[in-house]
Amino acid sequence: MPMVDIDWLKDHVEVPEGLTYEQLAKDLVKVGLEEEEIHASQVTGPIVVGYVVDATPEPQKNGKIINWCHVDVGDQYNEIDENGNKVPRGIICGAPNMAAGEKVVVTLPGAVLPGDFKIEPRKTYGHISNGMCASERELGLGDNHDGIILLRNYGFTPEEYEKLQPGDDAMHLLHLDQPLLEINITPDRGYAFSYRGVAREYHHSTGAIYTDPAIDLGKKVPVTQGLPEGVKSDIEVIVDDKNPIHGVVGCDRYYARAVRGFDPASRTPNWMRRRLIRAGMRSISLAVDVTNYVMLDLGQPMHAYDLDKIEGPIVVRRANEGEKLTTLDGKDHDLSVEDLLITDSPNGERGSRVLGIAGVMGGLYGEVTAETKNILLESAHFDPVSIARSARRHKIPSEASRRFERGVDNQLQPAAAQMAAELMVKYGNGEPSEHPTDYDTVGNRRPILFKASEVARVAGLDTDVNTISDILTDIGCTVAGGGNGEFSVTPPSWRPDLNEPCDLVEEVARLVGYDEIPVTVPPAPVEGKVGLTPEQLRKRQVADELAEYGMVETLSYPFVGDEDYKNFALDADETKKVSVEIANPLAGDRPFLRRDIIPTLAQTVQRNLRRGAENVSLYEIGHVYLWDPNAPAIPALPGAVKPTDEQLAALDAGLPDQPMHVAGILTGNAVDSGWLGERRAVDWSDAVEAVQRISDRIGAKLTLDQPKAEDVPAQWHPGRAARVMAGDTFVGMVGELHPHVNEALGFPAHSAAFELNLTALFATLSGKPVQAKPISTFPPVKQDLAFTVSTDVTAAELEKTIVEAAGNSLESIDLFDVYTGDQLGEGLNSLAYAVTFRAEDKTLTSEDSEAIRKRIVDAAAKLGAQLRA
Amino acid sequence: MAEGAVFDAQAVTDAVAEGIAKIENASTMEELKAIKTQYAGAESAMTQASKAIGALPKDQKKDAGKLMGKLRADFGRAFGTKEKKVKAEEEARELAAETVDMTLPVNRKPLGARHPLPKLMEDVEDFFISMGWQISDGPEVETEWYDFDALNFGPDHPARQMQDTFYVKGNQAKDAAGFVGSNMVLRTQTSSDQVRGLITRGVPLYIACPGRVFRTDELDATHTPVFHQVEALAVDKHLTMADLKGVLDKLAVAMFGPEAKTRLRPSYFPFTEPSAELDLWFPDKKGGAGWLEWGGCGMVNPNVLKSAGLDPEVYTGFAFGVGVERTLLLRHDINDMHDLVEGDVRFSEQFVMGE
Repeated sequence: MPMVDIDWLKDHVEVPEGLTYEQLAKDLVKVGLEEEEIHASQVTGPIVVGYVVDATPEPQKNGKIINWCHVDVGDQYNEIDENGNKVPRGIICGAPNMAAGEKVVVTLPGAVLPGDFKIEPRKTYGHISNGMCASERELGLGDNHDGIILLRNYGFTPEEYEKLQPGDDAMHLLHLDQPLLEINITPDRGYAFSYRGVAREYHHSTGAIYTDPAIDLGKKVPVTQGLPEGVKSDIEVIVDDKNPIHGVVGCDRYYARAVRGFDPASRTPNWMRRRLIRAGMRSISLAVDVTNYVMLDLGQPMHAYDLDKIEGPIVVRRANEGEKLTTLDGKDHDLSVEDLLITDSPNGERGSRVLGIAGVMGGLYGEVTAETKNILLESAHFDPVSIARSARRHKIPSEASRRFERGVDNQLQPAAAQMAAELMVKYGNGEPSEHPTDYDTVGNRRPILFKASEVARVAGLDTDVNTISDILTDIGCTVAGGGNGEFSVTPPSWRPDLNEPCDLVEEVARLVGYDEIPVTVPPAPVEGKVGLTPEQLRKRQVADELAEYGMVETLSYPFVGDEDYKNFALDADETKKVSVEIANPLAGDRPFLRRDIIPTLAQTVQRNLRRGAENVSLYEIGHVYLWDPNAPAIPALPGAVKPTDEQLAALDAGLPDQPMHVAGILTGNAVDSGWLGERRAVDWSDAVEAVQRISDRIGAKLTLDQPKAEDVPAQWHPGRAARVMAGDTFVGMVGELHPHVNEALGFPAHSAAFELNLTALFATLSGKPVQAKPISTFPPVKQDLAFTVSTDVTAAELEKTIVEAAGNSLESIDLFDVYTGDQLGEGLNSLAYAVTFRAEDKTLTSEDSEAIRKRIVDAAAKLGAQLRA
Repeated sequence: MAEGAVFDAQAVTDAVAEGIAKIENASTMEELKAIKTQYAGAESAMTQASKAIGALPKDQKKDAGKLMGKLRADFGRAFGTKEKKVKAEEEARELAAETVDMTLPVNRKPLGARHPLPKLMEDVEDFFISMGWQISDGPEVETEWYDFDALNFGPDHPARQMQDTFYVKGNQAKDAAGFVGSNMVLRTQTSSDQVRGLITRGVPLYIACPGRVFRTDELDATHTPVFHQVEALAVDKHLTMADLKGVLDKLAVAMFGPEAKTRLRPSYFPFTEPSAELDLWFPDKKGGAGWLEWGGCGMVNPNVLKSAGLDPEVYTGFAFGVGVERTLLLRHDINDMHDLVEGDVRFSEQFVMGE
């Protein structure tokens, strides 16, 4: 984002003496230009002007010639000899351009240069060097390290140079002590990508007097219309757009102006180099530096061609199928028929040679070089959409495309070329053409009908009509009408973002100040259902219950990849087919989204175990993403129009299902050894209890359905995993992870887990209030019933049979003993239940309870269960 | 005493006195029981004397009865008093024997912990619920239309490219600019719920949408590619930026205490106009109270209302979004985003069941 240099800002707006960067940042943020960072100076002094009194060359053994110099650095810094007299400092200097009589920049002991380079007196080449004469690179002023800085060449007028005295503060002279403000430009403020724009905003914030540089430059621009017969302009320009995007022709203004007789050996003045470097740009050559400087100053991206290499006419056209271009940065690009190109016409073949992608980056041919004497300046206006797409397509965001995308002033082109030409003439001895070419199809801008009352209706500001008019005029609008509170407002050419009344409301509000807007609280709309939905409440209940059960809630990133599939024994190819894949993942090894939480939660468990935690039991509530490879394509629809019901349905139909899940992983000890008792390791039952607690907490009736070993998914223990059912709806799995999975993850043996689809589970709940049964006051009958039953019959099956057989009089049933042993025989279990019978309407007689008991025993017998004596 | 014993007033009085003396010296219930048997049991002098009264001449019976009544009462009183005392002492001894060190660490049913982030989201939800708003949630894998186009980010809008978006891989669709893809993204902002809410719920609408969002930022001390926002949207007749400021101030107070307040700075978002950056006056800021960036906000852009089929001449609305992670980092003086996202139990356990 752009840098703001107060020294440069002063070119266009009056800033108070001693304005600090902190204050500048505050002033600009008030109107919406946010501070990114204030870059502090990287150099500390003393760094002063020195006058080289003498320089004695001393050849060295290695063939190098170094100079033993005496440099006058002023009374304050000069050395004191044995007689107490101030004498110039002795300094060793290896630079080839060191010479007596030069004024140079001396860094003195105590100074610190970029890279934490501390200057100290040091013994070298047989002398004590008491300071250093600095090069540009050493001071962070640029790349030049061919020699030391000679202030004679540094852009001072003869009078200014004369005034430079030994001992003068060079930090200030070279702006080394100056910080720099980096600001953020929001996409609507393209014009603030320039000093012209920032200065205007500074004026809006502070009221400081602002001078638009484009006005003065515009007055000096040569006439291009109504020229006499026979006067030829610099070059013919044809815009031939056969493939406009959204019907917008890619170039509506192309201004070209020649500068002839330019001296290719001319140097960029140091003040300009300093400003460019401080703005984060490299200094390349005067011609290129000038185009960059004008872009930074006015916001108009420019291009400089070698006029002698270009054959008119210049044709602005779309690329043809199969066309290619190598851009300035040496990269090859296959061009798209949407790319807008600048081309010329060698051998009379119109538009046959590609010079560059318009507004994005030039090609290798036609650029100015170190030999260029005649220059053609391009100052154009391109369709922001076209530029944005080309920059995106070819992945070459440039300083130019950044500005064109956000919208460049379409009236600025002649003024920008004028400024560039003036600078080239001044520093490069060229002659600007008096007959520039101006292809201009920019029409008049449509005014906005603006009711002044919109300011109150939207912003809540009670601003009077005259103030509104003044503010809009100050930002550059032409304001007409106003008698009935309705204006006709034509925004300035540099504000393509202002198109709707609400845009003008913002302008008024930000310049009046958001702080002036009153504060009110809208009344609560308490119609219809208020409060959390049952699903939102249940989600909280599940989260709280698991924490109360002793588990710790965490959140993991939902990204998975091959490693996770491998750890969980999943078929990677099959899983990928039904997983959402990210086109631009951060980590290449996890480009997919999870279909279950357990694999990403497992990563969190692993991290905790690696960090030395024990008994890690974590849970997570979050979404999973189920890709349907057969889902229909999602249509592209325009904004600002409500889609039809069919279109809305099509948007959702293409999206993957994204149910909310809860998952838990339990490892280590369920109970630790301690003075209270012995340890108990986690196993399947801890996971089952977690599921039961969820079930009880939200009023669900979850049951377990234990599949045959061969039907258990591979990541689960074949004999210790069950399907969790809400009635007939499958809602998840619970059990121990497969020993291989636990081993692969580094989890203790028997680590257990569960995962429930909460979206599916909640959908099975009616949400209706519990219907209470009457409480019987008749006495209970309690009995113990123990059955011997095949291990093929689950406890749930036997219990279900007992409950159904017992009928209404069964009040409770509790399994109190499970026994397997040699006495029973192979493949048999003993399950013992304590049952309580109670009738609602009478005292049960012994005959009654005997009858119930018989029903139970008979029903159990059908499962092969025998009542034990 | 043998059958037909003679009533001897002195003897029985002495016997009872002896018994009472023994009671005084007894210190256990066992001793007391033995004394009771000896001096008040069937074989005791007192019982025998009572029986012997019957054999006395009529005129002596009354005095003898009186004497026995007094002796019995004296004995009983002494016994009762002592029994109570000894029982209390015995109980005290038993309880003393049961004394434990109550400061031993006890952790029979240890509590786990909630993660502070979802807990904070619940707090924010409760704030909006308390104002009569509704809580909405939309999909995390979202269509580009809801995440961008409907929010006035056209396909060529520069801001669309600045969102650091995770795109869903696919080649089944083309976006409005003709680029082939899936037309799906991992939502970059909970604002994607705005137009969904407006279309499915209608107006007037007051909703808050807390949820997970995604940007292609690498995890570091201040960034995370997966984070959380709470979006608030109100659309009604007569809503202005003043209402926006009012709700923001209330939320700031709910989150950061009575001294907190908010400030707006001009900014830009495609889906709001006017737009503002939201600064929070944070009373507990390190090094002194001050302003910190908290989120973004503004008045709903007419094009967004049009995306939902509403007439911007009739309806206005405001929207704002704040980062949940940012709020948590500030509230709890958390210096490193890693702590929030890594799921280290030591982090969550500091918060137990709340934040």
